[in-house]
Amino acid sequence: MKSSSGPLPKKLPNQSCNTDMNKILLIIKREYLTRVRKRSFIIMTILGPLFMAAIVVVPIYLATRGNETKKVAVIDQTGIFYMKFKDSDNIKFHYLHSDIGSAKSDFRKSGDYALLFIPKTEVSIPTNAVLYAESNVSINVISYIRNVMTKTVEDLKLEAKLHDLQLDKKTPLDVGDILRSIKADIDVNTMKITDEGKEVKSYTELSMVLGAFAGVLIYFFIFMFGSQVMRGVIEEKTSRIVEVIISSVKPFQLMMGKIIGVGMVGLTQFLLWVILTFGIVTMVTTTFTGDITKKHVTEQSLLMKVNKYNPDNLPLPDSASANQPQNEGVNQVFEALNSVNYPVMIGAFLFFFIFGYLMYGALFAAIGGAVDSESDTQQFMLPITVPLILSIVMLQFFIQDPSGSVAFWFSVIPLTSPVAMMIRIPFGVPYWQVALSMFLLVLTFVGTTWMAGKIYRTGILMYGKKVSYKELWKWLKY
Amino acid sequence: MELFSALNISKQFSGHKALDSVNIDIPEGSIYGLLGPNGAGKTTFIRIINQIIAPDEGKLFFNGRELQPNDIYNIGYLPEERGLYKKMTVGEQAMYLAQLKGLSRQEAQKRLHSWFEKFEMKGWWNKKVEELSKGMQQKVQFLVTIIHEPKLLIFDEPFSGFDPINAGMLKDEIITQREKGATVIFSTHNMASVEELCDHITLINNAKVILNGPVREIKKAYKTNTFEVAYNNFSGNLSDILPGSFTIIKEWQEHDLHTATIRIPENGNPNQLLSALIPNATLHSFTEQIPGMNEIFIRAVTEKTPEPILQH
Repeated sequence: MKSSSGPLPKKLPNQSCNTDMNKILLIIKREYLTRVRKRSFIIMTILGPLFMAAIVVVPIYLATRGNETKKVAVIDQTGIFYMKFKDSDNIKFHYLHSDIGSAKSDFRKSGDYALLFIPKTEVSIPTNAVLYAESNVSINVISYIRNVMTKTVEDLKLEAKLHDLQLDKKTPLDVGDILRSIKADIDVNTMKITDEGKEVKSYTELSMVLGAFAGVLIYFFIFMFGSQVMRGVIEEKTSRIVEVIISSVKPFQLMMGKIIGVGMVGLTQFLLWVILTFGIVTMVTTTFTGDITKKHVTEQSLLMKVNKYNPDNLPLPDSASANQPQNEGVNQVFEALNSVNYPVMIGAFLFFFIFGYLMYGALFAAIGGAVDSESDTQQFMLPITVPLILSIVMLQFFIQDPSGSVAFWFSVIPLTSPVAMMIRIPFGVPYWQVALSMFLLVLTFVGTTWMAGKIYRTGILMYGKKVSYKELWKWLKY
Repeated sequence: MELFSALNISKQFSGHKALDSVNIDIPEGSIYGLLGPNGAGKTTFIRIINQIIAPDEGKLFFNGRELQPNDIYNIGYLPEERGLYKKMTVGEQAMYLAQLKGLSRQEAQKRLHSWFEKFEMKGWWNKKVEELSKGMQQKVQFLVTIIHEPKLLIFDEPFSGFDPINAGMLKDEIITQREKGATVIFSTHNMASVEELCDHITLINNAKVILNGPVREIKKAYKTNTFEVAYNNFSGNLSDILPGSFTIIKEWQEHDLHTATIRIPENGNPNQLLSALIPNATLHSFTEQIPGMNEIFIRAVTEKTPEPILQH
């Protein structure tokens, strides 16, 4: 019988309703559920936030407990900030009137913790300051100085603005507009004064800490969940279930289902970490102080000042005057943390994690498919891990020169871009570079997935064969 | 009519031919043996039927039309390399595999529970696979192969690793499935099971089909017109009383019972043998020597049968 001319096909049972998508969902569900129910996942989910919360909470704790007083000398050439820096329990300010050159050379003998230099500016509003110190300056000190400077500058701008408004009473008052127009952005650069008296730019800024943290986190996530994909594939191979499954689904569906399922485990873990860390930090800090945050110029304090100029314009909220002095150490850290653009950070993290993971996940899946056991993975792991490790090793260079050409190339080349770009993002990266990096990453993800699919498809049915690179090359062309 | 046909299937793996213009027709309702030495191409062929790999050339027909991706829902496959997720519970795993074969959640649950009852596996549902013995795992594997009631069942070396009791159960279940209307393909080295179960076979060697057809006819083609006779009360020479064209292949004696195997020429007739013996001896048995599948297998593979027997 040569069938097309044969009798009419009989109606077959259960061959409808189950689309390919349903099957991928089934696979994703299995991969996801078997992993999030594991004890190791639950332990990691609890330990991670504890660790991260410790990173946030410990400096706060130290800031409140540290009884060592830090003396900061101030040279203010603008004169705007005279007496604006208030002494607290652990920071004391004193003003110098010498020139910066002699102050620097005397610095080592003075016993001061740091020397703040606010240079005179051509235009009226100063935007930057330099902080000299022997060692790295703590974030608290920097963020306090920046906050005071920002607040002072904003107050100045506000006074000017309100003065203008007072002259022009007809324009309706737009609080948001005023807040936007007076926003000041102050740079506090820190310089290390070394033993030889040389100056080296130092990097204790929050952006550096955040960049390094995000970079390490993404590296860690890609590695952890990428190798989970690989182990999952090897498990299916060694337990010999893979052939049963690919008689029901296409190998590519199985591979993608696994990669996506494991990736969702990673995202779940990440989100739980964020929520739990936030929860723990909030809990711990509310026990330190009642109020967590204090903005530079709040709407309330703004309204207060506006009302001074327009007494009958707006009612004064009751609480506006109740701005009690807070524990400064805690607030300084929180103000620093609040200055971060979290939506951008988290958005970028999610993007670079998802696509970086998908790209590496496919490669890890291909390796898993090609080998028989985890001990055989070494030779293939090398080319995958080198770019990842390299991007972590280069971390210091990215931080020292976040817009330099090394950082640029590493953050654009797809195999290193997820980690490198995340390190750069807190420093501010031009949009076109981010877009280019994202575009190349997505493109590479498509390419590696296609390639991995071919290797995987052939590899999962090979047992007991030592595979070489030459062999893999052949599989690509099957 | 045929449930499945393969037409001129060829498959090559980096320079090595795994299948070379293979033609196989599998009649509906048959138990079809796919035989051949290791590396002959059986598993490649089975993977092609399951659409795990695609042939380089040739066409496949299933149930009267060209094989389609959806046909996997009507095929149940128990591979030679088979296993289960060790850390998953038996029930979850069976549900997963049943749903991958297109059953809805409810349907899968219903069918699995009734099968678990039938196979006396009720207490296993929440056990992890690694807690089961190998025999128990094989039961689970078998069950998920047939759970979607496929029209075509494919077993690759189904008896390897089964103990005699489970092998017997599997055999009975294969026959039951056929009675329910399934067509069964199985590849094996176990000639005894072929003898017992198969009504059609294909023998593949070096990527080519070398023997193909209903077992009865293959045996007929391989028989050599040889008969075994047992007699007594005759002390002379057998060759003296037989027609000259008859050949005595073997002759032996146990107590007073003589036994001999005798080949009758092509144009000869077993009655001639009988009529030569009856006047001279007391006959105790007379049987035609039909070759076993084992013998046929070895002869076909080693002798390189000139032409495969054509199918009807």
